[in-house]
Amino acid sequence: MKSFDYVRPTSVPEAIAAGSLPGATYLAAGTNLLDLMKGGVSRPDRLVDVTRLPGLDRIEALADGGVRVGALVRNADLAHDATFAKAYPAVAEALLSGASAQLRNAATVGGNLLQRTRCAYFYDVASGCNKREPGSGCDARHGDNRLHAILGWSDACIATHPSDLCVPLVALDAVVEIETNSGRREVRLEDLHRLPGKAPERETVLEVGDLIVAVRLPPDAHNFSQHARYLKLRDRTSYAFAVVSAAACLSIDRNKIAEARIALGGVAPKPWRAREAEKLLAGAAPDAESFRRAAKAALAEAKPSGDNAFKIELACRIVLRALAAAAAGTPERIPALPASPFSTQPGGSHDV
Amino acid sequence: MHHSISLTVNGVPHDIAPSDVRVTLLDLLREHLHLIGTKKGCDRGQCGACTILVNGRRINSCLALAASHDGAAITTIEGVARDDQLHPLQAAFIAHDGFQCGFCTPGQIMSALGLINEGQAGCDPERIREGMSGNLCRCGAYAGITEAVLDVQKSLAETEKRQVA
Repeated sequence: MKSFDYVRPTSVPEAIAAGSLPGATYLAAGTNLLDLMKGGVSRPDRLVDVTRLPGLDRIEALADGGVRVGALVRNADLAHDATFAKAYPAVAEALLSGASAQLRNAATVGGNLLQRTRCAYFYDVASGCNKREPGSGCDARHGDNRLHAILGWSDACIATHPSDLCVPLVALDAVVEIETNSGRREVRLEDLHRLPGKAPERETVLEVGDLIVAVRLPPDAHNFSQHARYLKLRDRTSYAFAVVSAAACLSIDRNKIAEARIALGGVAPKPWRAREAEKLLAGAAPDAESFRRAAKAALAEAKPSGDNAFKIELACRIVLRALAAAAAGTPERIPALPASPFSTQPGGSHDV
Repeated sequence: MHHSISLTVNGVPHDIAPSDVRVTLLDLLREHLHLIGTKKGCDRGQCGACTILVNGRRINSCLALAASHDGAAITTIEGVARDDQLHPLQAAFIAHDGFQCGFCTPGQIMSALGLINEGQAGCDPERIREGMSGNLCRCGAYAGITEAVLDVQKSLAETEKRQVA
C-alpha cells in the first residue's frame, strides 16, 4: 500500500476543504477502500477520515412522511432499525443479503453507494482496465466475463455495479444529498452513477470535494411496504455478490396493481431501473401473465458483453420471481437466508 | 504526521504511536501489542480470521485503519476466557469438535460472540449459519461450529426463561 497523509476533520466544511485537495479521498469504514489500497488499485495521497463528522449517523423520519438516512449509518444498523425495515422491507432485505455480518457492522450507507466494481481485471493492476487506467484497454472483453454486464455497457467497459442496497433504493426514487464547495445539492440516486460510454473512469456525477451526507426516501416510498422483496441469485448461498438480483415493490389495490417499482442489480454498470416493465404493470392484475410480460420488458434491451448470455434469461427469471414474491406479500420477518430465491424450512439443517 | 492512538484492549488501556499511518487494527494488535490470537488469513476481508469486537460489534480488523479507531474499546480472543475458566463458547467449540487445525477458531469465536450480542439468530441453525457466513473454515468444521453456537444460544435462552420465571 502506498503511504498517505491522514486527516480527521471534525466538521463538514473542514472535510470538504481537505477532500478538495489533489489526491485526496474520503475514508469512511474503509471496507472497500482499504482493500483497493492494499491491491494498489487506489493510490490516494491523503485520506480524509469522515467517520467523526457530527450528525451523519442518524435515521430521521421527515415531516413529509419520507425518511433521511445519514451517510454514516452502518448497513447493519439500518437493516435492523425496526421502523425503517417495516416501512422499506426490500431495502432491509437487500442490506442483509450483502457481504458478511462483520462487513455490514462496519460499512456505511454513503460508502455502499460509492463502492467500486468487483471486476477482477479492475482489481488486477497487471491487467488492462479503462476504468482504472484510461486508455489501457479492457481485458474483461476477451477474458473471464461470465459475471459482467448485459445492460448499459460499452466497448470501453463491461463491469457491473456491485451494490445490493442501491437496487431497492433506486426503485423507490431515493435522492442523494451532497455537500459541495458551493453549498448543498441533490441528485436522484438513479442519476448518481454514470454509464461508462468512452469514459468508464468517471463513475459518478460527483465533482472533486463532493461529500455524500445523506440518502432520502420520498413520502411515497412506504406505499409498497406490504408487497416488497429483494431477490438475489449468487454462486454460493451466502456472502457473495449478485450474479443477478431484483427489487420488486408493488402497491396493490382491490386485486389490481396501482403502481410497480422494479430495479435490477448485477446486470449493469449502475443500479438498473426497469421503467418500461413498471408501466406494463400499472393497472394490471398481479398474476403470472402480467409478471412474465413485465420481466421480458425489463430485459428487452439486454445483450451479452461476453460469455454471459445466460444472465439475460436468469435476470428475466429473477424479476419474475421477485414480482411473484412481492405479490405474495412481504414476509412477517426477513427470511433466514435474506433475498435467497431458494425456499427454506424454518430450522432446516441441510437446506441451501 | 503521526497520530497517537488510544485503545482499550481487553480492558487494558494502551497509547500507541505507530510509525506508519497505514497500520490496520489487525497489524496493531499483532505487531505492536503482540496479541497474536487474532489471525491474519486473507488480509482482504474475505475469510473472517481477523474478526474482533470493536465497541461490542464484530468487524474485520484487517479492513479497519487503526488511526480511524482512536478511542475504541476492543475485545480479542485473548480477552474472552476468565483466568483459567473458558468462555462457554470456547468450551462448546471443544465439546462439538468445532475446529481441526484451529487457525480460523479465534475469528469464529469472536464472530459467534458478536452474533449472540446482535440477538438476531436465536436458536435457528439456518440463521446461525447465515450469520456466520463471514468466517471461512478450510477444514470444513462448519457442522461442529453451528452446533457449538446453537448450544450456547440454547443455554442462554434457558437461563433467560428461568430468570423470567
